[in-house]
Amino acid sequence: MSSGTLYDKVWNFHQVKQLPGGSTQLFIGLHLIHEVTSPQAFSALNEKNLGVKFPNLTVATVDHIVPTSNQQRPFSDPLAEEMLATLENNCKTHGIKFHGIGSDSQGVVHVMAPELGLTQPGMTVACGDSHTSTHGAFGAIAFGIGTSQVRDVLASQSLAMNKLKVRRIWVDGALQKGVYAKDLILHIIRHLGVKGGVGFAYEFAGPAIEKLSMEGRMTICNMAIEGGARCGYINPDETTFRYIKGKEHAPKGPEWDKAVSWWKSLASDSKATFDDEIQLDGSSIEPTITWGITPGQGISIKETIPNPELLPQNEQQIAKDACKYMNLKPDEPIEGKSIDVCFIGSCTNGRLSDLQEASKIVKGHSVATGIRAFVVPGSQKVAKEAKEKGIDKIFLKAGFEWREPGCSMCLAMNPDKLEGRQISASSSNRNFKGRQGSANGRTLLMSPAMVAAAAINGKVTDVRNFL
Amino acid sequence: MKQEFPKGEIKSIQGRSFTIRGDDIDTDRIIPARFLKCVSFSALGEQVFADDRKELKGNHPFDLDHNKGANILVVNDNFGCGSSREHAPQALMRWGIRLIIGESFAEIFFGNCLALGIPCLTASKEKIVKLQNLVEKTNTQIWNFNLKNLSISNQKEIIKLHLDEGPYNMLFSGKWDATSQLLDEEEKINKTFNNLPYLNNFKLDI
Ligand code: SF4
Repeated sequence: MSSGTLYDKVWNFHQVKQLPGGSTQLFIGLHLIHEVTSPQAFSALNEKNLGVKFPNLTVATVDHIVPTSNQQRPFSDPLAEEMLATLENNCKTHGIKFHGIGSDSQGVVHVMAPELGLTQPGMTVACGDSHTSTHGAFGAIAFGIGTSQVRDVLASQSLAMNKLKVRRIWVDGALQKGVYAKDLILHIIRHLGVKGGVGFAYEFAGPAIEKLSMEGRMTICNMAIEGGARCGYINPDETTFRYIKGKEHAPKGPEWDKAVSWWKSLASDSKATFDDEIQLDGSSIEPTITWGITPGQGISIKETIPNPELLPQNEQQIAKDACKYMNLKPDEPIEGKSIDVCFIGSCTNGRLSDLQEASKIVKGHSVATGIRAFVVPGSQKVAKEAKEKGIDKIFLKAGFEWREPGCSMCLAMNPDKLEGRQISASSSNRNFKGRQGSANGRTLLMSPAMVAAAAINGKVTDVRNFL
Repeated sequence: MKQEFPKGEIKSIQGRSFTIRGDDIDTDRIIPARFLKCVSFSALGEQVFADDRKELKGNHPFDLDHNKGANILVVNDNFGCGSSREHAPQALMRWGIRLIIGESFAEIFFGNCLALGIPCLTASKEKIVKLQNLVEKTNTQIWNFNLKNLSISNQKEIIKLHLDEGPYNMLFSGKWDATSQLLDEEEKINKTFNNLPYLNNFKLDI
């Protein structure tokens, strides 16, 4: 059993009591809600005649269903409009702060909350969305929950939870030029598997992790769930504090110093015990890209599609399925594979530094003929800052579309979709069959800079050729 | 007749019954995936077993006139397997089901039902088949479920059922729903709140 880790310390602060069934009642310090998983939770509350216990600890935004080309109300999709209107009403009735359409802080929930300084070290963060693990980048315990748990958090600000085991993933060295946080997490999931983290919280640590910016750290923790770990976290340090300082909800004045000393005390002790430990060399990682239908099916840009027969027994079937679905042959190189659509955005890679890195690649080039390429900033703030820096112009000049913030083609619950057998180069987090809106559409996950390179060449490209 | 949703202690249930025969009936059959994009669970009652019902063109047990208003369902083995969607028990509850008796239930489905106050009780294959035959013989008869005796009976027959102690106690005491369990000791929630530095201006000595 782990002890002395950040996970243990934060868990202890939030324990309410032991429940009869053996689980723990855990207090939730920050609850984030959006239009897709909250409406049923609110109706369940009403049916039970219950209110929201701490309305100040829940914050709402709208992201999944928003159109990114025209955000004029009412939305043209009546179901999307109904979901948004329902959330607006629920927030109004219960006194919950809502960052809706028209607000300059609206955005993908996992992008906008950190920007407002809502996410801080030592918190428990819950949201009805599996990529809530993103907030672990700040040294919080953050995890996705189901609809009835959303109801429970609204009613009681707490949840029935079982404590996870803790695995430390130690990454030595430093990432090479052209290798980003996305490559690192795809590499980790490739090696530990998509189910490797089931029952675990992942602590990401070591020199390569410490060198990452907050945005890079969020990319890492965002995808912990794709490796099966319900939460992933990184110990808070000066990088964390610098990011939070001055944000709207950050502690101010004399509180700031007290906050920092509490936050520092939460980091895993040097003598902490972990349930499992793994060590990697960050400097040997190359640009990594998925070729298949799970985020664990990644290879480096220089590798070829694996031969399913040569894989471990338990990976063979899914690899065969993937070859068939993706229309890829074993031993064929991934580099040079033609693509149709390029998507830069999502809660994994829709932040300012992501767009900035991609724009450096794009600058002075244009999107290859026949390729549809678009950029969807993760939030209004990202969009605004990018415009101030002229990043939108670079993309537009190269032939990219520049859209309004939202989840967009990460899961295609809005009008942005693949068509038919189209294949996308995407900076998002899931490459499941049909994920991007076409039942037989195909997705290659990669870093935003790699997506930019693919857009220019019209095919999968080693971004290092552009550096 | 609109029935109230389950509330408080659930010690007895009375009503008419019908059967859904077959093993391994999964949650996709109970509520097909296309009904998941919705803002409230309230329409789900009409959509329960939608695809099976369409196929049987009005002859599905959930469509038959004489089953309207019945509230006890008798099923077979591994009922509710497949995806963990909470929409499945919701759909059954909103149609009017308040008690399910079967050979066995998928674990998550069982838990999701319990969290709504719908007891799922089990009995051996012979007993279930016997009960199903009795139920189908006359659909007007009233059945009485008694939690304390763990039995269901009509005027002539009594059939013993099984329920584990944990869920039994939860139904008996009325503490079956997760939310009320969590709200049971609100002062402890408040205490946790008051001990969290970040919710108290970092003023606490720690
Ligand atoms: S961007 Fe994608 S993964 Fe992130 S919250 Fe939206 S839909 Fe979910």
